[in-house]
Amino acid sequence: MDKRMQYILNAPNRVGGQTLVFHNRPAVAAMATIAGELEAQGTFGHHYDIVLTDDLWGEESWEKAESKMFEQVVRKALAKENLSETWVECLLGGDLLNQIIAANFAARQLGLPFLGLYGACSTMAESLLLGSVLVSGGFMSCVACAVTSHFSTAERQYRMPLEMGTQRTPTAQRTVTGAGCTVLVAPGSPAAKNIEITHGTVGKVIDLGIKDANNMGAAMAPAAADSICAHLADTGRTVDDYDLIVTGDLGALGAELARELCLQRGVDLKDKHLDCGDSIFTPEQDMKAGGSGCACSAIVLNAYLLKEMMSGTYNRVLFLATGALLSVSSTQQGESIPCVAHAVVFERRAD
Amino acid sequence: MSRNLNRKELEEKEKYNALVQKRMDKSPLFLDCVKAFVTGGIICAVGEGFRKFGFHVLELSQDDNNAFVAIVMVFLGALLTGLGVYDQIYKFGGAGAAVPITGFSNSVVSPAMEFRREGLVMGTAARMFNIAGPVLVYGIGGSVIVGLLWLAFQ
Repeated sequence: MDKRMQYILNAPNRVGGQTLVFHNRPAVAAMATIAGELEAQGTFGHHYDIVLTDDLWGEESWEKAESKMFEQVVRKALAKENLSETWVECLLGGDLLNQIIAANFAARQLGLPFLGLYGACSTMAESLLLGSVLVSGGFMSCVACAVTSHFSTAERQYRMPLEMGTQRTPTAQRTVTGAGCTVLVAPGSPAAKNIEITHGTVGKVIDLGIKDANNMGAAMAPAAADSICAHLADTGRTVDDYDLIVTGDLGALGAELARELCLQRGVDLKDKHLDCGDSIFTPEQDMKAGGSGCACSAIVLNAYLLKEMMSGTYNRVLFLATGALLSVSSTQQGESIPCVAHAVVFERRAD
Repeated sequence: MSRNLNRKELEEKEKYNALVQKRMDKSPLFLDCVKAFVTGGIICAVGEGFRKFGFHVLELSQDDNNAFVAIVMVFLGALLTGLGVYDQIYKFGGAGAAVPITGFSNSVVSPAMEFRREGLVMGTAARMFNIAGPVLVYGIGGSVIVGLLWLAFQ
């Protein structure tokens, strides 16, 4: 074998093809969420820290409101645990807008070192994964991972003006208005809580030819299934090793398709699968296939899942967020929708 | 950006698309048609009411009356869009709310409102025909062709 190849294959902190192992495990120190009014009427309503009653949130435009959510969710997470903003060594995150302006402009207000990320709706998992790399590698001891999305800004960018009449198809999903932030610290830090990140799986971009931008769940399901199967193969684990396998925003149809695709590869998710998009709204809210957007997985993770883990309901959770990497231009030019799913593993430390 | 797909990839895509089509909830076509018929019918009945009003009360000529009804219906469409009601009607009625002239009004007013924040010139004015533009281009273009054909064969 080529000697250079051998060197590449021998990365000490990686198992299998795509999975990173954090021997030096980053710990969750704080988290916060902001949610819109409809989200607050949904399944996890009483868990959100801040609920917007007005989707402009006192700003002049929805874009400014979205940026404010990103800024405030970071401040809220730190304030909840009495952490100083000066301790945060890096802010990682993004949103759905062109040139991720919500995150960029919020980073200007926060004045923190900032790495802007775009993974569409997978950005929460992407920022947690990269944040864990920074902390685990000893480069930083405290990072904040945050994302935001806003129904009104997403509608005007990706679809139609708000007051323009439209009829939603049964597969359409609603972009979640909200923001979520997780603060990660080095292991052993006094701020560390009892939840650690043990693994991260970097997803491949998968495209099985779905072109319907109103059916993102079906477009994203293959990427989710691919990352779940890759993670399990890399780590040599089975579904039984996890208490819960969480996907970001596949929605009702996408979640069903992802389970079926996993089954085709011999991975039975059984009753361990929870899709944030499918569960964030109640059926009475009639949101068709469910929620989507960066904030969808972010607020369910930070408001509900991590709290449940802390109290011991779940001990090991595989958290995936899926992103549809399309743009208005690519859709109009008839391209299909490439999608990606990144994953991180949260584990409750027994002590 | 198109890639050369090998046969296996193509087969996988076809298989997946078939699965998606099988699992997908379809729009309830018959129910949607009934709703569209009722909604469109009501809008047209309102228009007809104004036509009768123009004809009998205002005693407008046929041509003036046509313009009168169109102006009133466009105004109502714009007003209901501004009040945030028209998109609710559309959600229920679909094509029944899109096809009458009130739907055209909705498609002009909604981007005009939406892009107000980008300024009156580059926002409202430049984006106003974002959605209605194609209708105008092909509507006017089509009428020119029909006009020329009429001229040639009369």
